[in-house]
Amino acid sequence: MSDQAARPISLLKRSGHTARRHAAEARFRTCGLGAILIGLLALAMLLASVLGSGLGAFRQTYIHLPIHLDEAALDKSGNRDPKALKKVTTISYGKVIAASLNDTVLQAGIATQGLTKDDIAGIISREAPAQVRDMVLSDTDLIGKTIQVRLLANGRIDGYLKGRITAATAARDSNVSPAQLQLADVMMERGLMSLDFNAAFLTAPDASDQRPEAAGLGVAILGSAYMMLIVLALALPIGVAASIYLEEFAPKNGLTDLIEVNISNLAAVPSIVFGILGLAIFINFAGLPHSAPVVGGLVLTLMTLPTIIIATRASLKAVPPSIRQAAQGLGASRMQAVFHHVLPLAAPGILTGAILGLAQALGETAPLLLIGMVAFVREYPGAPPEGLFDPASALPVQIYNWTQRADPAFVERASGAIIVLLAFLLFMNAGAILLRRRFERRW
Amino acid sequence: MTATWTLLTLLVIAAASFPLGRARALACAGGDSCALHSLPRHYGWASVLLTLGPALVLFVLLEMTAPATPAGSLAVVACALVALAWALRRMHPGFRARQTVERGVLALLMLAACVAIATTAGIVLSMLFETQNFFAQYGWREFFLSATWAPRFQGDSDLGILPLLWGTLYISLIALVLAVPVGLFAAIYMAEYAGQRFRAIVKPGIEVLAGIPTIVYGLFALITVGPLLRDYFAQPLGLGSSGSSVMTAGLVMGIMLIPFVSSLSDDIIAQVPQSLRDGSLGLGATRSETIRQVVVPAALPGIVGAVLLAASRAIGETMIVVLGAGAAAKLNLNPFEAMTTITVKIVSQLTGDGDFAAPETLVAFALGLTLFAITLCLNVLALAIVRKYREQYE
Amino acid sequence: MEDTLTEAPGTAADTTKITVRGLQVYYAGTHAVRDVDVDIPAKAVTALIGPSGCGKSTFLRCLNRMNDTIPDARVTGEICIDGEEIHDARVDPVQLRAKVGMVFQKPNPFPKSIRDNVAYGPKIHGLTRTRAELNEVVEKSLRRAALWDEVKDRLDAPGTGLSGGQQQRLCIARAIATAPEILLMDEPCSALDPIATAQIEELIDELRNRFAVVIVTHSMQQAARVSQRTAFFHLGRMVEYGDTGELFTNPADPRTESYITGRIG
Repeated sequence: MSDQAARPISLLKRSGHTARRHAAEARFRTCGLGAILIGLLALAMLLASVLGSGLGAFRQTYIHLPIHLDEAALDKSGNRDPKALKKVTTISYGKVIAASLNDTVLQAGIATQGLTKDDIAGIISREAPAQVRDMVLSDTDLIGKTIQVRLLANGRIDGYLKGRITAATAARDSNVSPAQLQLADVMMERGLMSLDFNAAFLTAPDASDQRPEAAGLGVAILGSAYMMLIVLALALPIGVAASIYLEEFAPKNGLTDLIEVNISNLAAVPSIVFGILGLAIFINFAGLPHSAPVVGGLVLTLMTLPTIIIATRASLKAVPPSIRQAAQGLGASRMQAVFHHVLPLAAPGILTGAILGLAQALGETAPLLLIGMVAFVREYPGAPPEGLFDPASALPVQIYNWTQRADPAFVERASGAIIVLLAFLLFMNAGAILLRRRFERRW
Repeated sequence: MTATWTLLTLLVIAAASFPLGRARALACAGGDSCALHSLPRHYGWASVLLTLGPALVLFVLLEMTAPATPAGSLAVVACALVALAWALRRMHPGFRARQTVERGVLALLMLAACVAIATTAGIVLSMLFETQNFFAQYGWREFFLSATWAPRFQGDSDLGILPLLWGTLYISLIALVLAVPVGLFAAIYMAEYAGQRFRAIVKPGIEVLAGIPTIVYGLFALITVGPLLRDYFAQPLGLGSSGSSVMTAGLVMGIMLIPFVSSLSDDIIAQVPQSLRDGSLGLGATRSETIRQVVVPAALPGIVGAVLLAASRAIGETMIVVLGAGAAAKLNLNPFEAMTTITVKIVSQLTGDGDFAAPETLVAFALGLTLFAITLCLNVLALAIVRKYREQYE
Repeated sequence: MEDTLTEAPGTAADTTKITVRGLQVYYAGTHAVRDVDVDIPAKAVTALIGPSGCGKSTFLRCLNRMNDTIPDARVTGEICIDGEEIHDARVDPVQLRAKVGMVFQKPNPFPKSIRDNVAYGPKIHGLTRTRAELNEVVEKSLRRAALWDEVKDRLDAPGTGLSGGQQQRLCIARAIATAPEILLMDEPCSALDPIATAQIEELIDELRNRFAVVIVTHSMQQAARVSQRTAFFHLGRMVEYGDTGELFTNPADPRTESYITGRIG
């Protein structure tokens, strides 16, 4: 290199070297933009995939049908004895429904070549007899009358109307025939069949493998709600108390250090390890029941604690020391300064952290699998507090459960359940953001 | 049920002790609340604490040794009543009620903080205990060194961890190969290039990815990514015909980790002092030269910490691999083959109806302990690095 | 712009290096620098003094277009270096900053070795071809920054391990390694102790033999010690500009007098 000072370079001339450097700059920048695009694209694909396969779960195929509740089949004695009525099985009701459907189809003059009576009855869900039986048991006067009912259609027929099943796949399927699909088409035209909003998806309990059309989230939502109740009742007070101790009172000593290390480490322990803890301590050691919301709630509490503690400490730390000094200067004790002044000022931040912790707990699946929440539960749990010990499911576990079923109709249910779960999470996160916007204070 | 009733009785006694204690203190001061050392309500709370404290300690001790006998319940209630009488005797104007209450509250706060220690201890002890049972029935050498995993119901299973460990590491590696560059570049773009409006729109979008539960990613792997990879890559290339594969799980897990890496790196890049950027730009460096040669090297320790934390998350992740990776324990290099991980096998060994004392079930605890140990090392290392990095610029 | 050369009121130096006309700087709503006209001589030290927030640092950062890196700063007016308008579309700020080096308030060595700190500029600008040439530049720059003797045995030690004064001299060495013609210094001694300050001031006096040095300083004594010309800024305006000795002993403007006698600022 020549002498540095003696190089009069014009600023107006751009050297080739600089041009290359600017090209590298542009490439680097494009990489950054590309990375963000990859992230957003992944998000879009994920949402599209879930919405695409899950929205169908909110609509369901129903058959509209007059049913003659034949006294001879349903109440042989004729005296409406509730005990005797309870002994009548769903098989009898199935026969009554099948007969009514066949009559209706015949009267409507729908061609049924190549379909046996059983084939025609097969387009109705296996859940329908139980549906009608429940109606009769709650009102025994219906027996002998003809009533207009709305029954679930079979999952395959439902799948056909939603485009999941075609005549080609039906030809290879032992559970449904192309002729049945044609019948469904005609019934749609005649208004005997319709696709309606499926409220039962949110309220009904789970259903067995053969009845995806009847499966709902009722028990799972209730179970999740119970667990969130427990998490809120335990994690919030314990978390806040622990944070107050660590942030305001803890002396610098070995015990405090140990607690600090434990909290930051627990925040990063795999969630499944908490499931093992729940199984070993709460179920095997303490003898709490399997599948119970109380165990799930306790496990999720322990998991959520670090999140809440970290958030609470951050908002306590954000309250300036001058507030504490002002209170103590007036003769308040440290405890009074904290509870009367610091805590109320930190409350919005603490609540935000608690909501985010709850949202995390709501979506957690792995630990719940280990404590038996994956069991098939059809009964709603009772009212708290006893209900907390009844078997229940949980939203994310129900999703997992449905992904393990053979019938592809359950994939639609699982995706639909994810939409419900995401809606809850969206609601909670929006609440947290609003709370932060509304009450955030900058010192 | 006796326990519940005992606790309810205690609660009633405690509730009664509040007005009693306050009234007693006021009466001693001749009704003049200014003559008291503390506020009247402090006397109430002090008597609650003095009453409930000993009774609860006794209750817990009895529950731990001989659960729920009627005699025990009676003893607890009697203890509470005696404590109440003793507490009321102490309520005179000179009694430093506020200090007593505050000491009690401080003890409660400290107890809450110790829950974290108890949780860790619970995790370690429960797993150690069951793992010991496992190794009593199954040699530790075979567990750590055997390359076959083949549990059988009738016993005589091969329970080697190596294929599971391989699957775990392979999937985590793929996830990190996707997530680290993408997350890092996203963070860099966000911190160094993006305008305010761009950041306000895009940053929440990326953060949404972080809030999505892993079961959703699992389903995404199962119904979308798996079939896609199988139909367009694995089958045309002749590499396999399985929807669930290392690649499926790895890619989806990578997507899950992108926001994790990017928000951690964002924090860390923001900590690099502006003066270093100014120094580099002032010498005529372009922005990318500044980032590559000054900002990233300065932030490197922090970024390494973030990557370690991400690795720990990947290794411990369960739902994505349960739904996306498959169940076959294999030691194989083909990324389009189904393999399995430690977490998948913990779930499958503990959710079956297996005999709880059999090694096939107990092995889950040994797997859990191994997983805990690996992630613990990564976490402690990562947190130490990140903390040291923070101190450097504070 | 060539005619401005003749207007140069230079007494301390014969040629004008930088010509500024009608400079305005706006920062997110505030008008930080107003109507500044100034001619800065080559091979001399020009000091910018004034109370905090008077716009002197902002003005300095205009000279190598560092304000470009701040999103909501806006600069209008003319700045010519050797008669070339630096806001011209053909001017690359990257090349400009190689020609106009800058030293900051707080020593900011990169977290690299001493050698790499100094070699950073020549490397990114591609000024050297071989390793030997690079080493030569590093040595020469460190010598000119009066740091060579102190660090020649530990060139591979991290730059952050040096003392504050050494770090600042390292930053000066780093700046002169890109062969600039102008050196901008933004309060280079404000973070240093008196001994280190004295060393830097001595160094600045050396540097004016090769570079046009523009230094922002908070200390009037420093301006009097190191500079040949001084500009006084107040509330965004350049109130007075002239020979350092003249300005301090016989200020023309009453505001300047108030400032140097300690009544404002």
